[in-house]
Amino acid sequence: MSATAQTTAAPGLTAARPSLVAGARRGLPLVRAVVLGLLGLLAVAGAWEGYKALAPEDGVVVGDNRVLPRTTDLAMPHVWDMLQRLGEPVSSLRGAAPLWQVVADAVLVSLKVAAAGWVAGTAIGLLLALLMARLRLAEWGLLPWIVLSQTVPLIAFAPMVRSWGSRIEIGGWEWPAWMSVALIASYLAFFPVAVGALRGLQSTDRVHTELMHSYDAGWWATMCRVRLPAAVPHLLPALRLGAAGAVVGTVVAEVSIVYPDGIGRMLVTFAGQASGDPEKAWAPIFGAIVLGLVAGGFIALLGLLLRTYRRGEAP
Amino acid sequence: MTTDRSQPTAPVPDPEDHVETHRPDHDRTAAQPEDAFGAPAAVRATGVSKTFGSRRSQVTALSEVDLTVAAGEFVALIGPSGCGKSTLMRLVADLEAPSSGSLEVFGKPAARARADQDYGIAFQQAGLLPWRTVAANIALPLELHRAPRAERRQRVAELVELVGLGDFAKSRPDQLSGGMQQRVAIARSLAERPRLLLMDEPFGALDEMTRERMQAELARISLETGAAVVFVTHSIPEAVFLADRVVVMSARPGRITDEIVTGIGRDVVRDEHLREDPAFFSKVTEVREALHAGPVSASGAHER
Repeated sequence: MSATAQTTAAPGLTAARPSLVAGARRGLPLVRAVVLGLLGLLAVAGAWEGYKALAPEDGVVVGDNRVLPRTTDLAMPHVWDMLQRLGEPVSSLRGAAPLWQVVADAVLVSLKVAAAGWVAGTAIGLLLALLMARLRLAEWGLLPWIVLSQTVPLIAFAPMVRSWGSRIEIGGWEWPAWMSVALIASYLAFFPVAVGALRGLQSTDRVHTELMHSYDAGWWATMCRVRLPAAVPHLLPALRLGAAGAVVGTVVAEVSIVYPDGIGRMLVTFAGQASGDPEKAWAPIFGAIVLGLVAGGFIALLGLLLRTYRRGEAP
Repeated sequence: MTTDRSQPTAPVPDPEDHVETHRPDHDRTAAQPEDAFGAPAAVRATGVSKTFGSRRSQVTALSEVDLTVAAGEFVALIGPSGCGKSTLMRLVADLEAPSSGSLEVFGKPAARARADQDYGIAFQQAGLLPWRTVAANIALPLELHRAPRAERRQRVAELVELVGLGDFAKSRPDQLSGGMQQRVAIARSLAERPRLLLMDEPFGALDEMTRERMQAELARISLETGAAVVFVTHSIPEAVFLADRVVVMSARPGRITDEIVTGIGRDVVRDEHLREDPAFFSKVTEVREALHAGPVSASGAHER
């Protein structure tokens, strides 16, 4: 509780004032965040062009090591050239779609796969956290394995997942390649959710659990009414990490499984064409950035929906 | 300074004999006789002990405690930190189990009384759920025990009025002052019309002025509801102001050393006049002497 609420004698004011103040504070940062974000973008573009204009053509070489990159148009195309390239057709074939559209399609494909992986990973992570919160034994038995699971290099087992998946066939239904990608994405996403949710579920105030005990409330009622809502402030950062993991997992898995429709594969293909078309190679990189921003934005939205459960959290 | 420790007609135990004074039934039944139908006492603890810790490093929190609280009686537990007053209350609430001895709440084992929701409880921290509104916090126990929606709404409206928070039903706890939060917690503890209220220093974290106001309100509420109250505190004036009987405890091991019937009837209005009443002062002094287990110097007795 705030000190102002304590000292205010008139009762009507105490309730009204904090919400007013909060509203005024909330409105301003939105504008500020947008302006700062745009300024940041401009700063990056400015630094890029500034370095390109000022640094030597061949970069900076110390001994045999190049410590700063070349500034040729091949290595560092102009910002405006990269933007212009987005509007041009993807290839010289007749009727080819503009580059931005091809990239956007690939981003959309990857986004769907990453979202599927995130949902699956979050569900698995939450279930594991619930299980570990319920049974001490499960925590002792599972948590080390969960931590260990993240030390397995993704590149190593992605092809294995692919080959297992290709052997799955139920009736006429075949395991599609995108599900292998989503599976790997979920593998990265479940970990922070499991650990964060467990932490959150264990952070319930003792006074609340004792109160529920005094009401003779069961484990499940306590979980739904107190422990899950109280875990939300811990859960949101975990979900954010999970979303980042799902995006990274999707991009990496697309590359190592050779799944052609997503942004990951496009990054590799277009990079291969960079010697002839340097600006084109940057388009899927922008696409990947957008993919990450969309994922982050989704979690921010989720945080907004769950804001009732985040009271008392520092703004 | 008056020394009539047991104003009513009960056999007066020798004031020097502290071990004997906590024999439950003599003092108390005289002050608050059980009703004609022989309703069981709200709390009856016999030879209750509680030890914490492993076998190697054991701490005795409570040793051989006998205490009876009659239905409708207001009993304050007072004593220094570590005297086990909170532990005793927690045993009654079945938040802990006694190591030995027997403990009955309305004639049933404490666990059964908890399952039957025979008591309401309030802690030093208000312990409100921050994501729930005031009304939803008060409704929590009703919701858990599946009270019908209409009944729930009506009861919450009553309680919000009872604790004087009518305008704040839709506020969230973080919009309330500490005193208001504690009022919500008290309303919540009353939600299921318990016949026993357990309160563990509920005003301990409040400033003195808020505290006095809350004491007056609690006195009014306990009179209106007619519930028995076990009130843990370490404020002497608070104990005397509120209680019918002040149970004095001492530490290491925690035990009851004295009991003082305040003699301030239920019908006496708890307000500023009472706080300035010489009879109130003399009881405060009496409790203080019992706490310090010896007479307090004359100057010290008049500090408050």
